[in-house]
Amino acid sequence: MKRLTDIAFPLLLAALVLGGWEAAIAHWQVPQYVMPAPSAIARAFCANFTSLMESLFSTLSVTLQAFFAACVLGVAAAIGFSQSRLLERTLYPYAVILQVTPVVAIAPLIMIWVGFEHINLALVIIATIVAFFPILAGATLGLKSADFNLLDLARLHGASRLQILWRIRLPTALPYLLSGMKTAGGLALIGAVVAEFVAGSGTATGLAWRIVESGNRLEIATLFAALALLAAAGVLIFAALSLLEWALLRRWHESAISQAA
Amino acid sequence: MSLLSLSRVAKRFANGTQALRDLSFTVAPGEFVSLLGPSGCGKSTALRLAAGLLAPDAGKVDFPHGKPQIGFVFQEPTLMPWADALTNARFPLDLKSMPRREADVRARAVLARVGLAGFEHALPRELSGGMKMRVSLARALVAEPKLLLLDEPFAALDEITRNRLGDDLLRLWREDGLTILFVTHSVSESSYLSQRVLVMTPRPGRIAADIALPHSRDDRLSAVTVEAQRTISAELNQATA
Repeated sequence: MKRLTDIAFPLLLAALVLGGWEAAIAHWQVPQYVMPAPSAIARAFCANFTSLMESLFSTLSVTLQAFFAACVLGVAAAIGFSQSRLLERTLYPYAVILQVTPVVAIAPLIMIWVGFEHINLALVIIATIVAFFPILAGATLGLKSADFNLLDLARLHGASRLQILWRIRLPTALPYLLSGMKTAGGLALIGAVVAEFVAGSGTATGLAWRIVESGNRLEIATLFAALALLAAAGVLIFAALSLLEWALLRRWHESAISQAA
Repeated sequence: MSLLSLSRVAKRFANGTQALRDLSFTVAPGEFVSLLGPSGCGKSTALRLAAGLLAPDAGKVDFPHGKPQIGFVFQEPTLMPWADALTNARFPLDLKSMPRREADVRARAVLARVGLAGFEHALPRELSGGMKMRVSLARALVAEPKLLLLDEPFAALDEITRNRLGDDLLRLWREDGLTILFVTHSVSESSYLSQRVLVMTPRPGRIAADIALPHSRDDRLSAVTVEAQRTISAELNQATA
């Protein structure tokens, strides 16, 4: 019963808002270049379906590449940090600097360095920088959170560093890493959008560029359709990562168990 | 000759606290020895020194017959929450890279010995506190140790479970000819379980009394056990006064 209302109530709200929106636009006769009605957005979506899907694919492709790159680099850096305090003390401040510097500010520089002929690579690099930090922070915290007594026990039985990493530290880090990945998934999408904005005309073909282009042409209905697709992509990424988290943790970790209960 | 000997051991923590000073005692092969003292007297530190997890600042931790295989049980079960009972019990063998099949056979056998046959695939969160401690005990026994070190293993359990686990520990000790060093702050536990009770002073800890309990105590409430409790309590009061 609870499940049903969990789905029904948000849907009901959506229906009310969309209905009210449609009625308000019709009633006050708002011009379409200011605020299109939901029906107009739907028409724009259908009319531009193929090109919008290509844009979605382009943005998602950058997002996913950046997300995986951030996962690999973030986990690798965290493992490095967990093996050497010196390495951590030396490099962590720079990771923080990379995190706190607004990526919009570095993006033009990356475009120039990578070159507009490798625009896709530049987009992926920018989105990776945005998505990197939560993975690093989550994995670093997780790798440090191993039970001290368990580590002592492993040492007592002559475990190697690699065995300790593989058998104790990495499984302990998994919930922290997955939490970081959920944040990073959304950030990778934001990074891809920002990168497309910076890349500008003629080069990028993703949804963000469609938004800029539609805005310039006052095709606001198409803009809204692209926006809706971006939101849907974000929700999809979050849902996929939540599902992964649940699948990996549901048997043993409190966070996933309480969700299932 | 003794199996384990600590002579004039001192240990200071990083924060400057002198945990142990002039701690000396020996444990003979096959003995069940309790290390009894008030909280914070350095009992656990002494146990970690014996295990080689800590190095003494002064003095010597020595194994005259060579360092034996050691099993260690913590106050908390200290299990891997993502791994089932079998995998947890198998952990020391996995670290030695023993072939999986052989390791599984041994882990199953040792789980059965601590009364957990049928629970091989239960995760720690599905087990009660006492059962988790049994898994921990199984893990300590799976590598067939000569010396078993236990750090207040039953302190967090209710009395019924604690007594039952105590009896099981005695059975395992007799069956395997183990040598046991058992850290506790319970007079009754030490009087019932051990052959010798080493009473420690408050920090910095050293041995205040070495009480031999040669009579067999098959009953927690027998006159012999109660008499032993009286002796231990008297020594403990004197040591902490």
